[in-house]
Amino acid sequence: MLPAITEDAVWTYLQDVPDPEIPVVSVVDLGIVREVRVDGERIEVDVSPTYSGCPATEVIEESILSRLQDEGFATVSINRVLSPPWTTDWISAAGREKLREYGIAPPVGSASKRELLGRPKVHCPRCGAEETSVVSEFGSTACKASYKCGACLEPFEYFKCI
Amino acid sequence: MTREEALLKYVLRLGDNALILAQRLVQLVAHGPELEEEMANANFALDYLGQARMFYSLAGELEGKGREEDDFAFQRDEREFCSFLLLEQPNGHFGDTIARSVLFEHFYIPQLEALANCSEPRLAAIAARAVKEIRYHQRHDSQWLTRLGDGTEESHRLIQESLDDLWRFTGEMFEGDEIDDIVRDEFGGPDLGQIRETWQHNIAALLNEATLRMPGEQWMDMGARSGRHTEHFGPLIAEMQYLQRSYPGLRW
Repeated sequence: MLPAITEDAVWTYLQDVPDPEIPVVSVVDLGIVREVRVDGERIEVDVSPTYSGCPATEVIEESILSRLQDEGFATVSINRVLSPPWTTDWISAAGREKLREYGIAPPVGSASKRELLGRPKVHCPRCGAEETSVVSEFGSTACKASYKCGACLEPFEYFKCI
Repeated sequence: MTREEALLKYVLRLGDNALILAQRLVQLVAHGPELEEEMANANFALDYLGQARMFYSLAGELEGKGREEDDFAFQRDEREFCSFLLLEQPNGHFGDTIARSVLFEHFYIPQLEALANCSEPRLAAIAARAVKEIRYHQRHDSQWLTRLGDGTEESHRLIQESLDDLWRFTGEMFEGDEIDDIVRDEFGGPDLGQIRETWQHNIAALLNEATLRMPGEQWMDMGARSGRHTEHFGPLIAEMQYLQRSYPGLRW
């Protein structure tokens, strides 16, 4: 018989589940885990995909499942929740700091339509300089754009605000 | 036609548009004009493919006969696909690709915005998710249209030709049928007349900024809603469906 599990404990376990493409941040930091419900031994986790075509969605769901199964919880179900759609506004403050340390500039501002259409002021994650420029609207994944710094001249990725 | 039948067909059409454009954009992989643009278009393709999967999964639920996303994508014939003729047109040169995307995105965004407020919650959720992605595509593609139009003499001439060539495929986007009417009246779906006004206004403003000329009134090629396609569609789905047709039910 397993000890009773609390929702807080599940959230703590999920802190260990990394994003497969940016492993320095967890799925909790990214804000894609929306809700956790515990009913006796049954655990339900609501997860939102970042982008419609994000190839990591299935891997993330598998990782969450296996992390909880490692703790001995056999009856875990994952719900994919689309509404409201995920936004970079849900990336936690800790997640933003981890992205920056990793060399990815975190999203600037909030994901309002106005800001999506404007050009955000992105600071270099390495030297902090303001003089940066876009190299490409897209980087190694759909969620990032490629930038370069005008001060330290290093290229870097920017996590797009969406 | 019942409202349920109309909704199912409408959702399939949304899936078809997203899938066929995804397939076209995927064909640019390893053939893009430069690395950054190749990645951009591959990423767009991924968004469209993801949207197609969600629309087809919903269609499977609505139909309730056990068909899944792969069945809709790989086991239907040409005449069963109701994607716009515009989207199956070849990638051509980079200007053709950009013009095709711009003309469609300016339709698709107001369509998704209306659907995000429709009364079918699963469809509304997909639309709200998808529109955020397409706004980003539109920004990228519109910038390119402006850059090419207001660029060199040659780029201006080529992108104007792309617009002139593709223009005859834009009319059918706004020519609704019974299915569009039912989804509008019964589910609060988009009003195609309103979308046409928005589209014309926004395209005119964009072309003006790009120093391009809006093609005039002309004969429009139609057929999507009844599954009649141009000569480019057959080879496209032959390539797309090859594996599942040769090895039905194959899984990774």
